[in-house]
Amino acid sequence: MSQQRDAAIVGIYEYPLRVAPGVSPLQIKAESASKALEDAGLRWGDVDAIYDTGGDQGIGGLGIAEYFGLKPRLIDTTYVGGSSFEFQTNHARSMLAAGKCNVALLTYGSSAHSDRRAIGTAGATGVGPATPINNMEDPWGLTLIGNYAMVKTRHMFQYGTTNEQFAAISVATRRHAMRNPEAVKAMTDLEFVGVRDITLQDVLESRLIAYPLRLLECCMVSDGGGAVVLVSPDVARNTRKRPVWVIGCGEATKYRENNGDITVSAGAQAAPIAFGEAGIAPAEVDVLMAYDSFSITVMCLIEDLGFCKKGEGGAYVGDGHLVFDDPRKPALNTDGGGLSSNHPGQRGIFLLLEATRQLRGESTSQVRDAKLAVAVGNGGQLGSRHATAVTILAAD
Amino acid sequence: MPAKRPQPRFPEPDTQPFWEATKRHELTYQTCNACNAVVFYPRHHCTQCGAGELTRHVSKGQGSVYTFSVIMQSRNPAFAELGPYAVAYVDLDEGFRMMTNIVGVNDPTKDIQCGMRVKLRWQEQGEGGIALPMFEPA
Repeated sequence: MSQQRDAAIVGIYEYPLRVAPGVSPLQIKAESASKALEDAGLRWGDVDAIYDTGGDQGIGGLGIAEYFGLKPRLIDTTYVGGSSFEFQTNHARSMLAAGKCNVALLTYGSSAHSDRRAIGTAGATGVGPATPINNMEDPWGLTLIGNYAMVKTRHMFQYGTTNEQFAAISVATRRHAMRNPEAVKAMTDLEFVGVRDITLQDVLESRLIAYPLRLLECCMVSDGGGAVVLVSPDVARNTRKRPVWVIGCGEATKYRENNGDITVSAGAQAAPIAFGEAGIAPAEVDVLMAYDSFSITVMCLIEDLGFCKKGEGGAYVGDGHLVFDDPRKPALNTDGGGLSSNHPGQRGIFLLLEATRQLRGESTSQVRDAKLAVAVGNGGQLGSRHATAVTILAAD
Repeated sequence: MPAKRPQPRFPEPDTQPFWEATKRHELTYQTCNACNAVVFYPRHHCTQCGAGELTRHVSKGQGSVYTFSVIMQSRNPAFAELGPYAVAYVDLDEGFRMMTNIVGVNDPTKDIQCGMRVKLRWQEQGEGGIALPMFEPA
């Protein structure tokens, strides 16, 4: 391989709890940052760039920098929903490559569960700011889950994809979750009905939340967070763990468009950029960490990143392809995913964390000889406006 | 009295003319004077070419269901009391796609299909207020 190796992930930490009452998002970020730096063998004061969505104190990135007590040379608060962390990783890679910083810290923390935020079923309240989007969507009562469900409806209509095929995604990732003690604790603490492996039938018989999406096709709402430390090649030579290189990045956005195809995500635009930079093909990827807010999100991303042809995702996921010990690659969401391990509202950082664990050989569902992983984040809402970023990672 | 649906809020200069027109039961959309692109939702610029001159038109209110979902669970009191209700994107024959509700069906999980022809039906939102454009089977 001849791809550029000018930025590496050298430190990671996933906050272990999914129910953490009394702990603030800022505290989760600081604890995760400290542990990720320790993982890397770096010090607090080594950080010279901060990547964080920055909303905690109402003054963007300045609030997080001051809370940490750091004086970075660079702050990036790119916020596009759950994929923000792939966008930020891609931006950090560029800045590390350009020599603008040497140690970039990327953080996330959320108390969505303890705040009792009904993210998926709340719908519009009618008291938000007067914006074009709010004014043209709020009155009809679409919920977030309904937004994604509209994509599933169209996917089933356009390609004949079946509920059984969608259910295969939930079944495979639950199997991975049951092998991950933190995911098992998450499901237990969040009082899942039946913390066990699930069958296709379990998914098909779970209750409808927004037709045609059922409960077991929807992610959890947890507390949680984590941190990633990205560094320049010079720093990467002296860290505790083997570096995981960022070798390809692509990002794109998509909206409701007249005559548009709602089944095609922005991943279709982002993927060729990322795979082109990395100089690899989807068939070479060992581990796919695809944002699983819902089953339909994964279906679209698998197709749009080129793991199969558009519209053939149903057959692709329905043949037992996705589990970590299947000889056919890639394995999907080997930590258990947002469906069964961790989703505090913006899951993107966990895609990077598990991809890194896989390439270090540290996953609880380790893919043998994993060398290449893809993290693909999808933020916003798939059926109306969303932002997709693809980050391709390679073992040293 | 049932809780009221979320209503559009004003001032909001892009969408206010659209909602004013609903008081006359006119469903409006725009086209670009420069490139003829159909623009929706309403804006002060063309989303295709960036030009600033657009013309407002009244739709005939006929189209087809592009896709839909039936909401079984909503925390919003205005919708929680409705029972299952359908939210859809409808493609109007004039070439714009809008979010809306599909009404006038018995079981929304069985009686709505992608591609189904639908026509406009207004739902009043109270004295002097706006009217909501919804659709029913044509």
